[in-house]
Amino acid sequence: MHNKTITQLAHGLRSGEFSSVELTQAYLNRIKRHQGLNTYITVCEDLALQVAYAADIRLANGNPELLTGIPIAQKDIFCTEGVKTTCGSKMLDNFIAPYNATVVEKFNQAGAVMLGKLNMDEFAMGSSNETSYYGAVRNPWDINAVPGGSSGGSAAALAARLAVGATGTDTGGSIRQPAALCGITGLKPTYGRVSRYGMIAYASSLDQGGPMTRSAEDAAIMLQVMAGFDEKDSTSVDLPVPDYRAGLNNSIAGLKIGLPKEFFGEGLDSDVAAALETAVNEYRKLGAEIKEISMPNLNLAIPAYYVIAPAECSANLARFDGVRYGYRCENPVDLSDLYTRSRGEGFGKEVKRRILMGTYALSAGYYDAYYIKAQKIRRLLSEDFKNALAQVDVVMGPVTPGTAFGIGEKIGNPIAMYLSDIYTIAINLAGVPAMSIPAGFVKGKPVGLQIIGNYFAEDRLLNIAHRYQQVTGWHLQPPKGFE
Amino acid sequence: MSLTTDEVKKIAHLARLGIDKQDIESYAKDLSGILDLMARMGELNTDGIEPMAHPMDQVQRLRADVVTEQDNREKFQAIAPQVEAGLYLVPKVIE
Repeated sequence: MHNKTITQLAHGLRSGEFSSVELTQAYLNRIKRHQGLNTYITVCEDLALQVAYAADIRLANGNPELLTGIPIAQKDIFCTEGVKTTCGSKMLDNFIAPYNATVVEKFNQAGAVMLGKLNMDEFAMGSSNETSYYGAVRNPWDINAVPGGSSGGSAAALAARLAVGATGTDTGGSIRQPAALCGITGLKPTYGRVSRYGMIAYASSLDQGGPMTRSAEDAAIMLQVMAGFDEKDSTSVDLPVPDYRAGLNNSIAGLKIGLPKEFFGEGLDSDVAAALETAVNEYRKLGAEIKEISMPNLNLAIPAYYVIAPAECSANLARFDGVRYGYRCENPVDLSDLYTRSRGEGFGKEVKRRILMGTYALSAGYYDAYYIKAQKIRRLLSEDFKNALAQVDVVMGPVTPGTAFGIGEKIGNPIAMYLSDIYTIAINLAGVPAMSIPAGFVKGKPVGLQIIGNYFAEDRLLNIAHRYQQVTGWHLQPPKGFE
Repeated sequence: MSLTTDEVKKIAHLARLGIDKQDIESYAKDLSGILDLMARMGELNTDGIEPMAHPMDQVQRLRADVVTEQDNREKFQAIAPQVEAGLYLVPKVIE
C-alpha cells in the first residue's frame, strides 16, 4: 500500500479495495517502525484516525474531494490549529498554533488526512536538517548521511514511504535540495503562487511553499490543492490556477532546453555531471533541443542571498520576544533581560548567526554597502533568467554539487554549508518556479535534475517532469530496507 | 573584512540576542568569513541598477476598511507565557 501513488490510493479508496482508516493505520505503523529516521516531530495518531474515519463515511456516501482519505504530512513550519507547531525550534517547543495556515486549511478542505508534522532545520535555516532542535534527520538511502534541508523531514519521510505526499518550503533551495538528496520529486512554485499565510516567515521576499511527492503526477495533484490567491497573504498573486494534471502527457517534442555553462563548471561532482548528461540525453530522445546558454551573474547569487535572507530574517524573527507566545526565560530581572535571554536561550546557533548577520547588514552605515548592493545584484540575476527564458523554454542543471553528505561533515563550517546551495539560490532571488526530479544514482545515493521555468509555468514543468518519469524508473526505486 | 568581538557584542545588543561569552569568538570568526563571501559582490559594478526588493515588483494590495477579524484575545492569550486580566505581563518597566 505504501508504494502506491496518490492517484492509485484515491482509486483504491473509491473502489473499496481498502479504507482510509486501514491506509492511515498502515502509515502510522510504518512511522513507528522507522522512527529512528527522526522524520516526524509530532505524529497525530488520534487526529489522523478520526479524520480517516470521517473520510470513509464520505467515501461511502460517494462524494469525496480530491484527497479524501489520503495520508499526507505537513512540514512543521505550517501552523496547525490545536497541534504543536515548532518550526524546528526550542523557541516554539510549547507553541500550539491558534489558527491554521491557508495551506493546511486547503488540505483539510480537500479531505486529506494529516499524519503529523515533519522535522526541519530550525526556522528553515539550514541545508542538512542538522540545525533542528529535535535532532538530525537521517537519509533513508544512507542513514549516516543528511537528507538535506531545510525540508529534510519531508524528503526523508517520502523516500522512506512514511507519507504519500508532504509539504515543504523553499527560501534558497529547501524543497529542491532535500528532494534531490533523498531521490524524490519537489516543486518550488513561482513566488506568490502558494499562500504564505500561517507559514512561519524566514525571508519573506523569497519564501514559497510547495509540494513534495514521489512523482510529478502526485506533485500536480498536491499543487492543485495548495495554489491560489489568498487575501490573507499580501504578496499572494491573483491569477487563475490552471488544471495541473490536464497537460501532464503533452508531447515535449521541440522543447528548447537551456544548459547554463555556469552550472556545469568547477565544483560539480563529475559523477553527478555524468548522471545529468544521461538525463539530458533522455530529453533529447523525447524530442527536445538542447542549447548551451550563459547566466553570467550566477556566481554572485550566494553572496547576495546571504545578505538579503539574513536581513529579512533578523526583522521577521524580532517577533519572538518571550512576551506573547513561545519560549520565555526563567526569572527575568527586567524587560531587556527578558528579551535578550528568551531569544538567546530559545534560538539555536545557526539562527543566531543569521540574525546577527542580518542585523549587521541593516545597521547604520552598512545598509547601502550590503543590502542595497545585494538587491541590485538580485535585479541582474533576475535579468539573467529573463534573458535565458526568452531563448529557451526551460533551463536545466544540477540541484546540488554532489550527493548527500555525511551527518556532521559540514555543520561546523557554515560557509561550506552555504556554498552547497549554489545551484538553487538564484531561482529564489528571481522568483521563478523550479523542480527537482530523481535522475539516477551515484554510489547508491540519489542525484536530482533541476528544471527551471518561467513565472507561473508550473504546469509546463510538471509536464516536462512527468514525460521523463514515463520513460525512466529512478523515481520508483525505494531505498533498501524501505521497500 | 573581519569583525571584532566588541562589534559582535554590539550587534547582539542591537538584536536583543543573548549569546554565550565563550561563543563570541566563534561568531566573530564565522561572521567575518561570511563578510568575506559578501565582499565578492564588490567585483561587479552595479551603478545605475535599480534595487529589486521583490520578485514580482508588486505594489501593496489595498482592501476595504471593514472589520474582517473577530476578537481572539482569549485564544491568543491562552498560549502566552504570563497574562493577567487580559493583559500580557512583563517585568516592571517604570519604577
